[in-house]
Amino acid sequence: MALSDKDRIFTNLYGLQDWRLPAAQRRGNWDGTAGFLEKGRDWIIEEMKSSGLRGRGGAGFPTGMKWSFMPKQASERPHYLVVNADESEPGTCKDRDIIRHDPHTLIEGCLIAGFAMGAHAGYIYIRGEYYNESRVLDAAIDEAYAAGLLGKNAAGSGWDFDLYVHRGAGAYICGEETALIESLEGKKGMPRLKPPFPAAVGLYGCPTTVNNVETIAVVPTVLRRGAAWFAGFGRPKNSGTKIFCIQGHVNKPCNVEEEMSIPMRELIERHAGGVRGGWDNLMCVIPGGSSTPLLPKHICDDVLMDFDALREHKSGLGTAGVIVMDKSTDIVRAIARLSRFYKHESCGQCTPCREGMGWVSRMMDRMVQGRAEIEEIDVLEEVTRRIEGHTICALADGGVWPVQGLIRHYRPVMEERIAAYKAAHATPPMPMAAE
Amino acid sequence: MSFAQPTHFAFDDSSEAEIAKILAKYPEAKKASGVIPLLYVVQRQMGRSTGSAWVPKVAMDVIAERLGMAPIRVYEVATFYFMFNMKPIGRHHLQLCGTTPCMLRGSDDVMRACHDAAHVQVGQTSADGLFTLTEVECLGACVNAPVLQVDDDYFEDLDYDRTVALIEALKRGEKPTPGSSIGRQTSAPEGGPLTLIDVAGGE
Repeated sequence: MALSDKDRIFTNLYGLQDWRLPAAQRRGNWDGTAGFLEKGRDWIIEEMKSSGLRGRGGAGFPTGMKWSFMPKQASERPHYLVVNADESEPGTCKDRDIIRHDPHTLIEGCLIAGFAMGAHAGYIYIRGEYYNESRVLDAAIDEAYAAGLLGKNAAGSGWDFDLYVHRGAGAYICGEETALIESLEGKKGMPRLKPPFPAAVGLYGCPTTVNNVETIAVVPTVLRRGAAWFAGFGRPKNSGTKIFCIQGHVNKPCNVEEEMSIPMRELIERHAGGVRGGWDNLMCVIPGGSSTPLLPKHICDDVLMDFDALREHKSGLGTAGVIVMDKSTDIVRAIARLSRFYKHESCGQCTPCREGMGWVSRMMDRMVQGRAEIEEIDVLEEVTRRIEGHTICALADGGVWPVQGLIRHYRPVMEERIAAYKAAHATPPMPMAAE
Repeated sequence: MSFAQPTHFAFDDSSEAEIAKILAKYPEAKKASGVIPLLYVVQRQMGRSTGSAWVPKVAMDVIAERLGMAPIRVYEVATFYFMFNMKPIGRHHLQLCGTTPCMLRGSDDVMRACHDAAHVQVGQTSADGLFTLTEVECLGACVNAPVLQVDDDYFEDLDYDRTVALIEALKRGEKPTPGSSIGRQTSAPEGGPLTLIDVAGGE
């Protein structure tokens, strides 16, 4: 059963209607906002918990629980809400649509979330390349101030709440929450060691919660329609609706909001016009943005699109950027290009990542040509295991998982390529990599 | 490419107005938060006043003084982030996404079109000073791949011919319309939305 339009949260996902306040209010935004705040912080957090909402930025941490980590008592240190709009995971372009077409659902969510965590100020950190999107967001925030929905006694709730847009400047790493905080403070985006967690020591040393755009933007609708409504979609622990970005070798790439746990094949065929050349022409799918390992066709045939189902196959839902590759794909090159991405984006702080991402990328470039020894596939695999889990943040993990997925599922392709290269270049064997 | 660093930089009135708005966003004692925004202000002002949007060293020193930071902290930030140009660029900055989602949809062809029509290689500026070409990492518009960012705008769903046409239009001094080059409604599937047909609030 596909999601019906009446159950879609982002009713202006494609920008068919105006993004401005009057149109947003006709779509239901800002309806009864003060009433939710009146019910109190604990009620809102309980609703979020029972809705089953898990963070939409990739890690899938339960949102209500995250909010509950903020100190209950106000102190001299202000609390901050920070919204992560640094959408940079290759394959992901959902927050862009929320910001440019439905900014008021995000702004309203900020007020509610800010109140629930005791914050009087929020920052939306948007990737620098989204310049036009940031202009829309700025204008929408100005409208909200002018209408009394932000600022003193925001939306007549009695709660003061200020909201600001802060543009990043082209660094994937700033999507990592502590790097984002560093960047917002005016520093290089280098992740911090945790603990302390941002809920204790975050922006300017104050209690802070960082949430993804989509996470915050669904909050008003979840409260309006009730936690049970949201929890009614998807399998248990994988609740809700979700924006999927379907791209690559499909006939009609698109973004679409669907029910969690929808079968991957149904998602692709119903919304994106199917795989180019038909389902049998499918080679593999990266299901949740570049960091999530690819899944070959036989898994895609019946896998469900949710956190747990994809995890069972050693991949993940991530940001739900569904990258489809048909049989014409040079799969080694496709993954090698991702390795180049992670090399480019490593912040350079931790040695295994700074050196490792470059090493993996150079190794993968050789694998594309086949200019390697078969045993070096094992060396590559082994090195990725040494990198994984040995850095401050998860960038390096995300950088090696695609390579591990490639080796897990397409080792024969890599071996064939090496054999073909050897046949074409009958030279003495390469020395083992010792970079 | 060798280039001269200017010896003087001062914010113009339009930049000062922007700075006042920017600094109001952060607590008084946390002005350093304004460093990225002020670097943008500099880069834009340079674009306005010289036709080349970049950040000279002397301007970073002006930012450091304005925000009460050590100059090295500003240099550090300016060089850490990819969007600040540390040397002069062409009139238009062509930033082509080459990451896997765009690669799968033909960014190699778009790259070739940039070479052929703008007469420029990656990392270089064309002889006529019109174009600088950079291969960038994922721009976050993957369902409209391949994507070429020209200055502030995204041009989407490109192929070789449409990229050539875009670059020719820029050469003629035109302002091509950003967005999908095949007339798609933003991120909806080609041919029109299959969802959100029946929603409230429509005009």
